[in-house]
Amino acid sequence: MSVRLKVTEAIKQIAREQHVTLPELTDDLSLHETGFDSLAFAILVARLEDEIGVDPFTISEDAAFPATVGDFVRAYENVPA
Amino acid sequence: MSPREILALRDYLGAELKGRTLSDAHHLASLTDVLSQTVLGGRLGELSGRSVLLKLSDQLKSGLAMIEIDGIARRMLLCPPDLNPAYLDALIADAEIDAVVTDEPEFWKDSAIPLVVIAQLQLTPAAPAKTECATEWLMLTSGTSGVPKIAAHTLEALTGAIRAEAPARGPAPVWATFYDIRRYGGLQIFLRGILSGGSMVLSDAHEVLADHVARLNARGVSHISGTPSRWRKLLMSGSVAQFAPRYVRLSGEIADQAVLDGLKAAFPGSSIGHAYASTEAGVGFAVNDGLEGFPADYIGVNPNGVEMKIVDGSLRIRSKRTAHAYIGRNAGKLAEDDGFVDTGDMIELRGDRYHFVGRRGGIINIGGLKVHPEEIEAVINRHPDVRMSRAKSRKSPITGGIVVADVILADGTDPARAKEIREQILDQCRAQLASHKVPAVIRIVETLDVTPAGKLARTDA
Repeated sequence: MSVRLKVTEAIKQIAREQHVTLPELTDDLSLHETGFDSLAFAILVARLEDEIGVDPFTISEDAAFPATVGDFVRAYENVPA
Repeated sequence: MSPREILALRDYLGAELKGRTLSDAHHLASLTDVLSQTVLGGRLGELSGRSVLLKLSDQLKSGLAMIEIDGIARRMLLCPPDLNPAYLDALIADAEIDAVVTDEPEFWKDSAIPLVVIAQLQLTPAAPAKTECATEWLMLTSGTSGVPKIAAHTLEALTGAIRAEAPARGPAPVWATFYDIRRYGGLQIFLRGILSGGSMVLSDAHEVLADHVARLNARGVSHISGTPSRWRKLLMSGSVAQFAPRYVRLSGEIADQAVLDGLKAAFPGSSIGHAYASTEAGVGFAVNDGLEGFPADYIGVNPNGVEMKIVDGSLRIRSKRTAHAYIGRNAGKLAEDDGFVDTGDMIELRGDRYHFVGRRGGIINIGGLKVHPEEIEAVINRHPDVRMSRAKSRKSPITGGIVVADVILADGTDPARAKEIREQILDQCRAQLASHKVPAVIRIVETLDVTPAGKLARTDA
């Protein structure tokens, strides 16, 4: 499974659990518009760390938290495995 | 009888009741004949009036030495097996120790302690001793880090809850515990064994569970006590089938409904009770209705003389069963000015019962909100396929911290169902807990660590 697919699957899973109705996950959708709150993002980052083995937001102290779904996915894709 | 009606352990023992024993995995000693024998090589008289460090490698010698020394020494400090040796010097100074009872004389060869008495299991005949004084029992608190505190008890305080109960009907009980008798919970059971007129079977840290249970059966154990974590491990072990105690007791941790129900199912003919006690606060109460928590009307003055109140969410206890002081140079106050001991155990009223929600010091911080891991575990443990769980915090770059949980599934659960069970647990948590308490990640694990005191290890909580 590609990193992109893992990320979007995890987002959809958490949306189901949190009863969040997601808009279509396009790259330019702002994370704010996903309907996720900070707890939902915290869950997402923790699960992806377990699944992919990295937490790109902790590795780099100066990494700005992404603004869009595309930025978020790229943050995982760009981490050296 | 002793001066001023001081009762020591020897005064609860005698040769009238036949066949009483104290045993471990390797040896068996007679409690019927114990007063005419010595584990101290006949040197008990030298310990008269002294502050004695009881530092022995096993529980059997420790128990026999306690019986001899109580009522003779001024003080007796019990050392649990996992005591960090680095703390010994501080404890010896604080307790003003001037004698040590040991089975490792080499270790004490160069020590400054003026009297070293060797204990050995080859008991020798001795004239029965007479009680001289009320020995102060010093016990170490099971704090998580640093030098443990020394809490001082009298035998009268230690046995208050036991003497308040009506003697058990039927044959004298054979007591056992998963605890070590050199800690408060285990000592309570040792004292029950002695005061009840029955026998006692000691635990052994090196014995596998199946062998331990076989030994409990072989010795006819009828009454047995342990922490909920120990009981969960036993329920998981598949060793319970042949075991049918009359009385099963839980203490030392929160007994949630899942473990009470699990024990009821495993031991349908047994009485199952959970008790509240701590080294400092003594025995507070026992609950025998099979439900978690305790009835709200226990708060206040109880007929047995135990008073309980709640201040800032934590349970406070005043009774004649509490320890009377911390001992040592920098010892703080054990009780408030009004005599109440703050247990540090946080409780919450739900309907007509109080429920334990966790330790004040065990709170984890989730995005600035306080969470008791025990409260989350109690909800997870209600899932029928879960045997045991542990909640803890994990750092999060988004919220600072999130809750994660490790879960052990019940025996025989199909691993293919892990995903489904994980989702059911999450549903259950979402229905019953505030959203920040719902675990972000649930890991299915094979084991969870239990401390030497039998409690779920929370070192990284």
